[in-house]
Amino acid sequence: MALYVALTYTDDVDWSRPGPEHAEEMREYNAFGQAAAAVIKGGHALYPTATATTVRVNGGKGGDVLTSDGPYAETKEALTGFYVLECADLDEAVALAARIPAAWNGAVEIRPVIVFGQ
Amino acid sequence: MDALVRLVRDEGARVLATLVRLTGSLELAEDATQDAIERALLTWPRDGVPDNPRAWLIVTAKRRAVDLIRREAQRPAKEALAMLPEDQVAPDTDLLSLIFTCCHPALSLDAQVALALRTLGGLATDEVARALLVPEPTMAKRLTRARQKIQNARIPYRVPPDADLPERLNGVAATVYLIFNKAYDDPQAAGLAGEAVRLARMLAGLMPDEPTALGLLALLLLQDSRRAARLDPSGPLVLLPDQDRSRWDRAAIREGVTILGTALRRSPVRPDRYAVQAAIAACHALAPTYAQTAWDAVISWYDVLLTVQDTPVVRLNRAAAVAERDGPSAGLALVARLSGLESYPWWHATRAELLSRLGDVPAARTAYCAALALELSAPQRSHLESRLAAL
Repeated sequence: MALYVALTYTDDVDWSRPGPEHAEEMREYNAFGQAAAAVIKGGHALYPTATATTVRVNGGKGGDVLTSDGPYAETKEALTGFYVLECADLDEAVALAARIPAAWNGAVEIRPVIVFGQ
Repeated sequence: MDALVRLVRDEGARVLATLVRLTGSLELAEDATQDAIERALLTWPRDGVPDNPRAWLIVTAKRRAVDLIRREAQRPAKEALAMLPEDQVAPDTDLLSLIFTCCHPALSLDAQVALALRTLGGLATDEVARALLVPEPTMAKRLTRARQKIQNARIPYRVPPDADLPERLNGVAATVYLIFNKAYDDPQAAGLAGEAVRLARMLAGLMPDEPTALGLLALLLLQDSRRAARLDPSGPLVLLPDQDRSRWDRAAIREGVTILGTALRRSPVRPDRYAVQAAIAACHALAPTYAQTAWDAVISWYDVLLTVQDTPVVRLNRAAAVAERDGPSAGLALVARLSGLESYPWWHATRAELLSRLGDVPAARTAYCAALALELSAPQRSHLESRLAAL
Protein backbone atom coordinates (compact mmCIF):
# COMPACT_ATOMS: atom_id res chain seq x y z
CA MET A 1 0.00 0.00 0.00
CA ALA A 2 1.07 3.57 -0.57
CA LEU A 3 0.06 6.93 0.86
CA TYR A 4 -1.15 9.76 -1.34
CA VAL A 5 -2.26 13.28 -0.56
CA ALA A 6 -5.23 14.51 -2.55
CA LEU A 7 -5.16 18.32 -2.66
CA THR A 8 -8.47 19.95 -3.50
CA TYR A 9 -8.40 23.06 -5.67
CA THR A 10 -11.73 24.88 -5.89
CA ASP A 11 -13.35 28.28 -5.51
CA ASP A 12 -12.09 29.91 -2.37
CA VAL A 13 -15.05 28.75 -0.27
CA ASP A 14 -15.20 29.49 3.45
CA TRP A 15 -16.01 26.02 4.77
CA SER A 16 -16.13 27.31 8.37
CA ARG A 17 -19.42 29.03 7.56
CA PRO A 18 -20.81 27.52 4.38
CA GLY A 19 -23.82 29.30 2.96
CA PRO A 20 -26.99 27.53 1.88
CA GLU A 21 -25.59 27.40 -1.68
CA HIS A 22 -22.93 25.01 -0.36
CA ALA A 23 -25.24 22.75 1.63
CA GLU A 24 -25.49 20.18 -1.15
CA GLU A 25 -21.71 20.14 -1.68
CA MET A 26 -21.22 19.75 2.08
CA ARG A 27 -23.49 16.72 2.01
CA GLU A 28 -21.45 15.31 -0.89
CA TYR A 29 -18.21 15.75 1.07
CA ASN A 30 -19.72 14.04 4.10
CA ALA A 31 -20.98 11.18 1.95
CA PHE A 32 -17.53 10.77 0.40
CA GLY A 33 -15.91 10.87 3.85
CA GLN A 34 -18.17 8.09 5.09
CA ALA A 35 -17.94 5.94 1.97
CA ALA A 36 -14.16 6.14 1.83
CA ALA A 37 -13.57 6.10 5.60
CA ALA A 38 -11.48 2.93 5.38
CA VAL A 39 -8.85 4.51 3.17
CA ILE A 40 -8.92 8.12 4.41
CA LYS A 41 -6.00 8.34 6.80
CA GLY A 42 -6.32 12.06 7.47
CA GLY A 43 -7.16 15.40 5.99
CA HIS A 44 -8.75 18.75 6.65
CA ALA A 45 -10.66 21.55 5.06
CA LEU A 46 -8.74 24.83 5.17
CA TYR A 47 -9.88 28.37 5.99
CA PRO A 48 -9.98 30.53 2.85
CA THR A 49 -6.86 32.03 1.32
CA ALA A 50 -7.63 35.40 2.93
CA THR A 51 -6.38 33.81 6.16
CA ALA A 52 -3.17 32.55 4.58
CA THR A 53 0.25 33.88 5.54
CA THR A 54 3.29 33.18 3.43
CA VAL A 55 6.62 33.10 5.25
CA ARG A 56 10.10 33.55 3.81
CA VAL A 57 13.47 33.97 5.45
CA ASN A 58 15.56 36.53 3.65
CA GLY A 59 19.34 36.21 3.44
CA GLY A 60 19.66 32.51 4.28
CA LYS A 61 19.03 30.53 7.45
CA GLY A 62 18.62 32.79 10.48
CA GLY A 63 17.94 35.83 8.30
CA ASP A 64 15.04 38.22 8.36
CA VAL A 65 11.63 36.63 8.59
CA LEU A 66 9.37 38.13 5.97
CA THR A 67 5.68 37.46 6.14
CA SER A 68 3.23 38.38 3.48
CA ASP A 69 -0.53 38.30 3.50
CA GLY A 70 -2.10 35.72 1.24
CA PRO A 71 -1.35 32.34 -0.31
CA TYR A 72 1.95 31.33 -1.93
CA ALA A 73 0.38 31.50 -5.38
CA GLU A 74 -2.63 33.53 -6.37
CA THR A 75 -4.63 31.26 -8.64
CA LYS A 76 -8.18 31.19 -9.85
CA GLU A 77 -8.76 27.96 -7.96
CA ALA A 78 -7.30 27.85 -4.49
CA LEU A 79 -6.03 25.06 -2.25
CA THR A 80 -9.03 24.54 0.01
CA GLY A 81 -8.33 21.23 1.65
CA PHE A 82 -6.59 17.88 1.53
CA TYR A 83 -7.03 14.19 2.24
CA VAL A 84 -4.40 11.59 3.05
CA LEU A 85 -5.38 8.38 1.27
CA GLU A 86 -4.00 4.88 1.49
CA CYS A 87 -4.20 3.06 -1.85
CA ALA A 88 -2.62 0.13 -3.61
CA ASP A 89 -1.59 2.15 -6.66
CA LEU A 90 -2.22 5.30 -8.67
CA ASP A 91 -5.26 3.85 -10.46
CA GLU A 92 -6.95 3.33 -7.11
CA ALA A 93 -5.99 6.84 -5.99
CA VAL A 94 -7.35 8.34 -9.22
CA ALA A 95 -10.62 6.43 -8.87
CA LEU A 96 -10.95 7.70 -5.32
CA ALA A 97 -10.01 11.29 -6.19
CA ALA A 98 -12.69 11.25 -8.89
CA ARG A 99 -15.28 10.79 -6.11
CA ILE A 100 -14.19 13.90 -4.18
CA PRO A 101 -16.64 16.77 -4.92
CA ALA A 102 -13.69 19.07 -5.69
CA ALA A 103 -13.02 16.91 -8.77
CA TRP A 104 -16.16 18.25 -10.44
CA ASN A 105 -16.18 21.66 -8.74
CA GLY A 106 -12.52 22.28 -9.47
CA ALA A 107 -9.62 19.83 -9.55
CA VAL A 108 -7.87 17.35 -7.30
CA GLU A 109 -4.08 16.95 -7.39
CA ILE A 110 -2.74 13.60 -6.24
CA ARG A 111 0.79 13.39 -4.88
CA PRO A 112 2.52 10.29 -3.56
CA VAL A 113 3.80 10.70 0.00
CA ILE A 114 7.42 9.96 0.88
CA VAL A 115 7.58 7.66 3.88
CA PHE A 116 11.09 8.08 5.24
CA GLY A 117 12.89 5.11 6.70
CA GLN A 118 11.09 2.57 4.56
CA MET B 1 24.31 -10.55 -37.51
CA ASP B 2 21.52 -8.16 -38.39
CA ALA B 3 19.00 -10.96 -37.80
CA LEU B 4 20.58 -11.63 -34.43
CA VAL B 5 20.33 -7.99 -33.38
CA ARG B 6 16.69 -7.98 -34.45
CA LEU B 7 15.95 -11.21 -32.57
CA VAL B 8 17.55 -9.89 -29.40
CA ARG B 9 15.70 -6.60 -29.70
CA ASP B 10 12.33 -8.28 -30.33
CA GLU B 11 12.79 -10.56 -27.35
CA GLY B 12 14.21 -7.69 -25.28
CA ALA B 13 10.82 -6.04 -24.67
CA ARG B 14 9.32 -9.33 -23.39
CA VAL B 15 12.32 -10.05 -21.20
CA LEU B 16 12.16 -6.53 -19.79
CA ALA B 17 8.43 -6.85 -19.13
CA THR B 18 8.94 -10.07 -17.19
CA LEU B 19 11.77 -8.52 -15.21
CA VAL B 20 9.56 -5.55 -14.29
CA ARG B 21 7.03 -7.99 -12.85
CA LEU B 22 9.70 -9.91 -10.95
CA THR B 23 11.54 -6.89 -9.54
CA GLY B 24 8.77 -4.31 -9.35
CA SER B 25 11.20 -1.70 -10.65
CA LEU B 26 11.41 -0.42 -14.20
CA GLU B 27 14.87 1.03 -13.63
CA LEU B 28 16.36 -2.16 -12.20
CA ALA B 29 14.65 -4.25 -14.87
CA GLU B 30 16.09 -2.07 -17.62
CA ASP B 31 19.61 -2.36 -16.23
CA ALA B 32 19.36 -6.13 -15.90
CA THR B 33 17.81 -6.61 -19.35
CA GLN B 34 20.41 -4.38 -20.96
CA ASP B 35 23.13 -6.50 -19.40
CA ALA B 36 21.55 -9.74 -20.64
CA ILE B 37 21.23 -8.32 -24.16
CA GLU B 38 24.88 -7.26 -24.18
CA ARG B 39 25.92 -10.76 -23.07
CA ALA B 40 23.75 -12.32 -25.75
CA LEU B 41 25.27 -10.18 -28.48
CA LEU B 42 28.71 -11.10 -27.18
CA THR B 43 28.30 -14.86 -26.76
CA TRP B 44 25.65 -15.96 -29.27
CA PRO B 45 27.70 -15.23 -32.41
CA ARG B 46 30.47 -17.39 -30.87
CA ASP B 47 28.48 -20.21 -29.20
CA GLY B 48 25.35 -20.17 -31.35
CA VAL B 49 21.83 -19.01 -30.49
CA PRO B 50 20.36 -21.06 -27.62
CA ASP B 51 17.29 -23.24 -28.29
CA ASN B 52 15.10 -20.92 -26.27
CA PRO B 53 16.59 -17.44 -26.60
CA ARG B 54 13.90 -15.81 -24.47
CA ALA B 55 14.41 -18.20 -21.56
CA TRP B 56 18.17 -17.68 -21.81
CA LEU B 57 17.72 -13.91 -21.70
CA ILE B 58 15.28 -14.05 -18.78
CA VAL B 59 17.55 -16.31 -16.73
CA THR B 60 20.57 -14.12 -17.46
CA ALA B 61 18.69 -10.90 -16.70
CA LYS B 62 17.28 -12.38 -13.46
CA ARG B 63 20.75 -13.34 -12.31
CA ARG B 64 21.95 -9.83 -13.02
CA ALA B 65 18.96 -8.31 -11.19
CA VAL B 66 19.68 -10.37 -8.09
CA ASP B 67 23.30 -9.19 -8.23
CA LEU B 68 22.20 -5.60 -8.52
CA ILE B 69 19.77 -5.89 -5.62
CA ARG B 70 22.40 -7.49 -3.40
CA ARG B 71 25.02 -4.94 -4.36
CA GLU B 72 22.78 -2.02 -3.61
CA ALA B 73 21.84 -3.83 -0.38
CA GLN B 74 18.71 -1.78 -0.31
CA ARG B 75 16.62 -4.88 -0.04
CA PRO B 76 17.11 -7.88 2.23
CA ALA B 77 18.84 -10.88 0.66
CA LYS B 78 15.64 -12.84 1.28
CA GLU B 79 13.77 -10.65 -1.18
CA ALA B 80 16.54 -11.03 -3.72
CA LEU B 81 16.52 -14.79 -3.28
CA ALA B 82 12.75 -14.93 -3.60
CA MET B 83 13.26 -14.06 -7.21
CA LEU B 84 15.41 -17.07 -7.89
CA PRO B 85 12.83 -19.85 -8.12
CA GLU B 86 11.44 -20.50 -11.57
CA ASP B 87 8.15 -18.72 -12.06
CA GLN B 88 5.40 -19.43 -14.54
CA VAL B 89 6.56 -17.18 -17.31
CA ALA B 90 3.71 -15.38 -19.03
CA PRO B 91 5.56 -13.08 -21.44
CA ASP B 92 2.41 -12.00 -23.27
CA THR B 93 0.68 -10.78 -20.13
CA ASP B 94 3.93 -9.24 -18.93
CA LEU B 95 4.52 -7.34 -22.14
CA LEU B 96 0.93 -6.13 -22.29
CA SER B 97 1.16 -4.96 -18.68
CA LEU B 98 4.31 -3.02 -19.50
CA ILE B 99 2.65 -1.42 -22.54
CA PHE B 100 -0.19 -0.19 -20.33
CA THR B 101 2.31 1.13 -17.78
CA CYS B 102 4.28 3.07 -20.39
CA CYS B 103 1.11 4.52 -21.97
CA HIS B 104 -0.62 5.34 -18.68
CA PRO B 105 -2.74 8.51 -18.89
CA ALA B 106 -1.02 9.90 -15.78
CA LEU B 107 2.14 10.29 -17.92
CA SER B 108 2.44 13.19 -20.34
CA LEU B 109 2.14 12.31 -24.02
CA ASP B 110 5.80 13.25 -24.53
CA ALA B 111 6.78 10.85 -21.76
CA GLN B 112 4.57 8.10 -23.19
CA VAL B 113 6.14 8.49 -26.61
CA ALA B 114 9.65 8.43 -25.16
CA LEU B 115 8.94 5.34 -23.04
CA ALA B 116 7.23 3.55 -25.92
CA LEU B 117 10.35 3.98 -28.06
CA ARG B 118 12.92 3.39 -25.34
CA THR B 119 11.31 0.75 -23.15
CA LEU B 120 8.96 -1.04 -25.57
CA GLY B 121 10.84 -0.37 -28.80
CA GLY B 122 14.26 -1.07 -27.33
CA LEU B 123 15.91 2.00 -28.86
CA ALA B 124 18.85 3.50 -26.98
CA THR B 125 18.29 6.89 -25.36
CA ASP B 126 20.41 8.70 -27.97
CA GLU B 127 18.46 6.99 -30.75
CA VAL B 128 15.15 8.11 -29.22
CA ALA B 129 16.51 11.64 -28.89
CA ARG B 130 17.59 11.70 -32.54
CA ALA B 131 14.31 10.22 -33.76
CA LEU B 132 12.28 12.84 -31.90
CA LEU B 133 14.72 15.65 -32.77
CA VAL B 134 15.32 16.44 -29.10
CA PRO B 135 18.77 16.98 -27.50
CA GLU B 136 19.99 13.80 -25.79
CA PRO B 137 20.26 15.29 -22.26
CA THR B 138 16.67 16.52 -22.55
CA MET B 139 15.53 13.04 -23.57
CA ALA B 140 17.53 11.37 -20.78
CA LYS B 141 15.94 13.71 -18.26
CA ARG B 142 12.46 13.10 -19.67
CA LEU B 143 12.92 9.32 -19.42
CA THR B 144 14.31 9.50 -15.89
CA ARG B 145 11.43 11.67 -14.76
CA ALA B 146 8.91 9.28 -16.32
CA ARG B 147 10.51 6.24 -14.65
CA GLN B 148 10.52 8.03 -11.31
CA LYS B 149 6.85 8.90 -11.64
CA ILE B 150 6.02 5.28 -12.47
CA GLN B 151 7.97 4.16 -9.41
CA ASN B 152 7.01 6.82 -6.86
CA ALA B 153 3.40 7.46 -7.81
CA ARG B 154 2.96 3.69 -8.26
CA ILE B 155 1.60 3.65 -11.76
CA PRO B 156 0.35 0.08 -11.87
CA TYR B 157 1.90 -2.66 -13.97
CA ARG B 158 -1.08 -4.69 -15.16
CA VAL B 159 -3.61 -5.12 -17.92
CA PRO B 160 -6.50 -2.78 -17.01
CA PRO B 161 -9.78 -4.36 -15.91
CA ASP B 162 -12.40 -4.92 -18.64
CA ALA B 163 -14.38 -1.82 -17.68
CA ASP B 164 -11.38 0.45 -18.34
CA LEU B 165 -9.87 -1.52 -21.20
CA PRO B 166 -11.45 0.22 -24.23
CA GLU B 167 -10.45 3.67 -23.01
CA ARG B 168 -6.95 2.59 -22.00
CA LEU B 169 -6.41 0.73 -25.26
CA ASN B 170 -7.45 3.88 -27.11
CA GLY B 171 -4.78 5.72 -25.15
CA VAL B 172 -2.11 3.22 -26.19
CA ALA B 173 -3.27 3.42 -29.82
CA ALA B 174 -3.18 7.22 -29.70
CA THR B 175 0.42 7.16 -28.49
CA VAL B 176 1.52 4.77 -31.25
CA TYR B 177 -0.38 6.79 -33.86
CA LEU B 178 1.27 9.98 -32.60
CA ILE B 179 4.70 8.36 -33.12
CA PHE B 180 3.67 7.40 -36.65
CA ASN B 181 2.39 10.89 -37.42
CA LYS B 182 5.63 12.50 -36.26
CA ALA B 183 7.24 10.63 -39.15
CA TYR B 184 4.45 11.03 -41.68
CA ASP B 185 5.38 14.40 -43.10
CA ASP B 186 8.96 14.67 -41.97
CA PRO B 187 11.65 12.72 -43.83
CA GLN B 188 14.09 13.47 -40.98
CA ALA B 189 11.91 11.41 -38.65
CA ALA B 190 11.10 8.69 -41.20
CA GLY B 191 12.62 5.96 -39.00
CA LEU B 192 9.81 6.50 -36.52
CA ALA B 193 7.26 5.16 -39.00
CA GLY B 194 8.90 1.74 -38.86
CA GLU B 195 9.03 1.90 -35.06
CA ALA B 196 5.33 2.76 -34.90
CA VAL B 197 4.44 -0.13 -37.20
CA ARG B 198 6.54 -2.41 -35.01
CA LEU B 199 4.72 -1.25 -31.86
CA ALA B 200 1.32 -1.63 -33.57
CA ARG B 201 2.32 -5.13 -34.64
CA MET B 202 3.31 -5.95 -31.07
CA LEU B 203 -0.05 -4.69 -29.78
CA ALA B 204 -2.07 -6.54 -32.43
CA GLY B 205 -0.13 -9.74 -31.71
CA LEU B 206 -0.95 -9.44 -28.00
CA MET B 207 -4.62 -8.48 -28.50
CA PRO B 208 -5.65 -10.31 -31.68
CA ASP B 209 -9.37 -9.93 -30.91
CA GLU B 210 -9.36 -6.18 -30.33
CA PRO B 211 -10.60 -4.15 -33.33
CA THR B 212 -8.66 -1.12 -32.11
CA ALA B 213 -5.33 -2.98 -32.11
CA LEU B 214 -6.05 -4.56 -35.51
CA GLY B 215 -7.44 -1.34 -36.98
CA LEU B 216 -4.40 0.62 -35.87
CA LEU B 217 -1.98 -1.89 -37.43
CA ALA B 218 -4.00 -1.97 -40.66
CA LEU B 219 -4.08 1.84 -40.80
CA LEU B 220 -0.34 2.20 -40.24
CA LEU B 221 0.53 -0.49 -42.79
CA LEU B 222 -1.72 1.09 -45.43
CA GLN B 223 -0.51 4.63 -44.81
CA ASP B 224 3.10 3.55 -44.62
CA SER B 225 2.77 1.58 -47.89
CA ARG B 226 2.79 4.92 -49.73
CA ARG B 227 5.86 6.31 -47.99
CA ALA B 228 8.31 5.88 -50.91
CA ALA B 229 5.93 7.53 -53.36
CA ARG B 230 4.86 10.25 -50.96
CA LEU B 231 8.03 11.47 -49.35
CA ASP B 232 11.22 12.23 -51.19
CA PRO B 233 14.04 13.14 -48.78
CA SER B 234 14.93 16.22 -50.78
CA GLY B 235 11.84 16.96 -52.84
CA PRO B 236 8.36 18.25 -52.13
CA LEU B 237 5.56 16.21 -50.61
CA VAL B 238 3.73 14.24 -53.32
CA LEU B 239 -0.01 13.96 -52.64
CA LEU B 240 -2.26 11.07 -53.66
CA PRO B 241 -3.30 12.30 -57.14
CA ASP B 242 0.32 12.62 -58.29
CA GLN B 243 1.90 9.60 -56.60
CA ASP B 244 3.65 6.96 -58.68
CA ARG B 245 1.52 3.99 -57.62
CA SER B 246 4.11 1.50 -58.83
CA ARG B 247 6.24 2.62 -55.87
CA TRP B 248 3.60 1.64 -53.31
CA ASP B 249 4.53 -1.29 -51.10
CA ARG B 250 2.18 -4.03 -52.34
CA ALA B 251 3.09 -6.48 -49.56
CA ALA B 252 2.18 -3.90 -46.90
CA ILE B 253 -1.10 -3.16 -48.71
CA ARG B 254 -2.02 -6.86 -48.89
CA GLU B 255 -1.25 -7.34 -45.19
CA GLY B 256 -3.08 -4.15 -44.23
CA VAL B 257 -6.21 -5.08 -46.17
CA THR B 258 -6.27 -8.59 -44.67
CA ILE B 259 -5.92 -7.27 -41.13
CA LEU B 260 -8.54 -4.61 -41.84
CA GLY B 261 -10.98 -7.36 -42.85
CA THR B 262 -10.44 -9.10 -39.52
CA ALA B 263 -10.79 -5.81 -37.64
CA LEU B 264 -14.11 -5.02 -39.31
CA ARG B 265 -15.45 -8.54 -38.72
CA ARG B 266 -14.55 -8.27 -35.02
CA SER B 267 -16.04 -4.77 -34.70
CA PRO B 268 -19.03 -4.49 -32.43
CA VAL B 269 -21.97 -2.27 -33.36
CA ARG B 270 -19.87 0.83 -32.89
CA PRO B 271 -17.04 0.71 -35.42
CA ASP B 272 -13.50 1.40 -34.32
CA ARG B 273 -12.13 4.72 -35.57
CA TYR B 274 -8.76 3.32 -36.61
CA ALA B 275 -10.41 0.50 -38.56
CA VAL B 276 -12.64 3.03 -40.35
CA GLN B 277 -9.67 5.24 -41.22
CA ALA B 278 -7.90 2.10 -42.46
CA ALA B 279 -10.92 1.34 -44.65
CA ILE B 280 -10.58 4.78 -46.26
CA ALA B 281 -6.84 4.20 -46.74
CA ALA B 282 -7.66 0.80 -48.28
CA CYS B 283 -10.03 2.41 -50.84
CA HIS B 284 -7.09 4.51 -52.01
CA ALA B 285 -4.59 1.66 -51.83
CA LEU B 286 -6.76 -0.59 -53.99
CA ALA B 287 -7.57 2.01 -56.68
CA PRO B 288 -5.54 1.41 -59.86
CA THR B 289 -5.42 5.16 -60.57
CA TYR B 290 -6.54 8.29 -58.75
CA ALA B 291 -9.38 8.81 -61.26
CA GLN B 292 -10.61 5.26 -60.67
CA THR B 293 -10.90 5.69 -56.89
CA ALA B 294 -14.24 4.44 -55.55
CA TRP B 295 -15.31 7.85 -54.25
CA ASP B 296 -18.77 6.57 -53.24
CA ALA B 297 -17.11 4.08 -50.92
CA VAL B 298 -14.64 6.69 -49.60
CA ILE B 299 -17.48 9.11 -48.80
CA SER B 300 -19.54 6.36 -47.13
CA TRP B 301 -16.60 5.46 -44.91
CA TYR B 302 -16.18 9.14 -44.00
CA ASP B 303 -19.86 9.16 -43.00
CA VAL B 304 -19.19 6.18 -40.74
CA LEU B 305 -16.10 7.90 -39.34
CA LEU B 306 -18.17 10.98 -38.48
CA THR B 307 -20.33 8.82 -36.22
CA VAL B 308 -17.31 7.99 -34.03
CA GLN B 309 -15.01 10.97 -34.66
CA ASP B 310 -16.82 14.12 -35.72
CA THR B 311 -14.04 16.68 -36.11
CA PRO B 312 -13.61 19.57 -38.56
CA VAL B 313 -10.56 17.83 -40.09
CA VAL B 314 -12.58 14.68 -40.84
CA ARG B 315 -15.29 16.87 -42.40
CA LEU B 316 -12.64 18.64 -44.48
CA ASN B 317 -11.30 15.34 -45.82
CA ARG B 318 -14.83 14.20 -46.59
CA ALA B 319 -15.44 17.46 -48.48
CA ALA B 320 -12.32 16.81 -50.59
CA ALA B 321 -13.71 13.38 -51.51
CA VAL B 322 -17.11 14.92 -52.35
CA ALA B 323 -15.30 17.38 -54.65
CA GLU B 324 -13.77 14.45 -56.54
CA ARG B 325 -17.16 12.79 -57.01
CA ASP B 326 -19.54 15.75 -57.43
CA GLY B 327 -17.22 18.49 -58.66
CA PRO B 328 -15.30 21.39 -57.07
CA SER B 329 -18.32 23.63 -56.29
CA ALA B 330 -19.99 20.87 -54.25
CA GLY B 331 -16.74 20.35 -52.33
CA LEU B 332 -16.12 24.06 -51.86
CA ALA B 333 -19.62 24.57 -50.45
CA LEU B 334 -18.85 21.97 -47.76
CA VAL B 335 -15.38 23.40 -47.08
CA ALA B 336 -16.80 26.92 -46.69
CA ARG B 337 -19.24 25.68 -44.05
CA LEU B 338 -16.46 24.47 -41.74
CA SER B 339 -15.29 26.71 -38.94
CA GLY B 340 -12.35 26.57 -36.59
CA LEU B 341 -9.80 25.49 -39.19
CA GLU B 342 -8.22 28.89 -39.86
CA SER B 343 -4.94 27.74 -38.34
CA TYR B 344 -4.95 24.42 -40.20
CA PRO B 345 -2.92 24.86 -43.43
CA TRP B 346 -4.73 22.07 -45.30
CA TRP B 347 -8.07 23.87 -44.96
CA HIS B 348 -6.60 26.82 -46.88
CA ALA B 349 -4.80 24.47 -49.28
CA THR B 350 -7.99 22.51 -50.03
CA ARG B 351 -9.89 25.74 -50.66
CA ALA B 352 -7.06 26.93 -52.91
CA GLU B 353 -7.12 23.70 -54.93
CA LEU B 354 -10.89 23.82 -55.42
CA LEU B 355 -10.90 27.54 -56.23
CA SER B 356 -8.23 27.01 -58.87
CA ARG B 357 -10.25 24.17 -60.39
CA LEU B 358 -13.16 26.63 -60.61
CA GLY B 359 -10.89 29.10 -62.39
CA ASP B 360 -10.79 31.69 -59.57
CA VAL B 361 -7.02 32.21 -59.66
CA PRO B 362 -6.81 35.34 -57.43
CA ALA B 363 -8.83 33.69 -54.65
CA ALA B 364 -6.79 30.50 -55.01
CA ARG B 365 -3.56 32.50 -54.72
CA THR B 366 -4.78 34.21 -51.54
CA ALA B 367 -5.71 30.84 -50.05
CA TYR B 368 -2.33 29.26 -50.89
CA CYS B 369 -0.58 32.25 -49.31
CA ALA B 370 -2.72 31.84 -46.18
CA ALA B 371 -1.66 28.16 -45.99
CA LEU B 372 2.02 29.05 -46.50
CA ALA B 373 1.85 31.60 -43.68
CA LEU B 374 1.24 28.73 -41.24
CA GLU B 375 3.63 26.16 -39.79
CA LEU B 376 4.59 23.42 -42.27
CA SER B 377 7.30 20.81 -42.70
CA ALA B 378 9.81 21.48 -45.48
CA PRO B 379 8.29 18.94 -47.94
CA GLN B 380 4.77 20.28 -47.26
CA ARG B 381 5.95 23.82 -47.86
CA SER B 382 7.67 23.06 -51.15
CA HIS B 383 4.59 21.15 -52.33
CA LEU B 384 2.33 24.14 -51.67
CA GLU B 385 4.86 26.57 -53.17
CA SER B 386 4.93 24.58 -56.40
CA ARG B 387 1.10 24.54 -56.54
CA LEU B 388 1.06 28.29 -56.06
CA ALA B 389 3.67 28.79 -58.78
CA ALA B 390 1.65 26.60 -61.18
CA LEU B 391 -1.48 28.76 -60.92
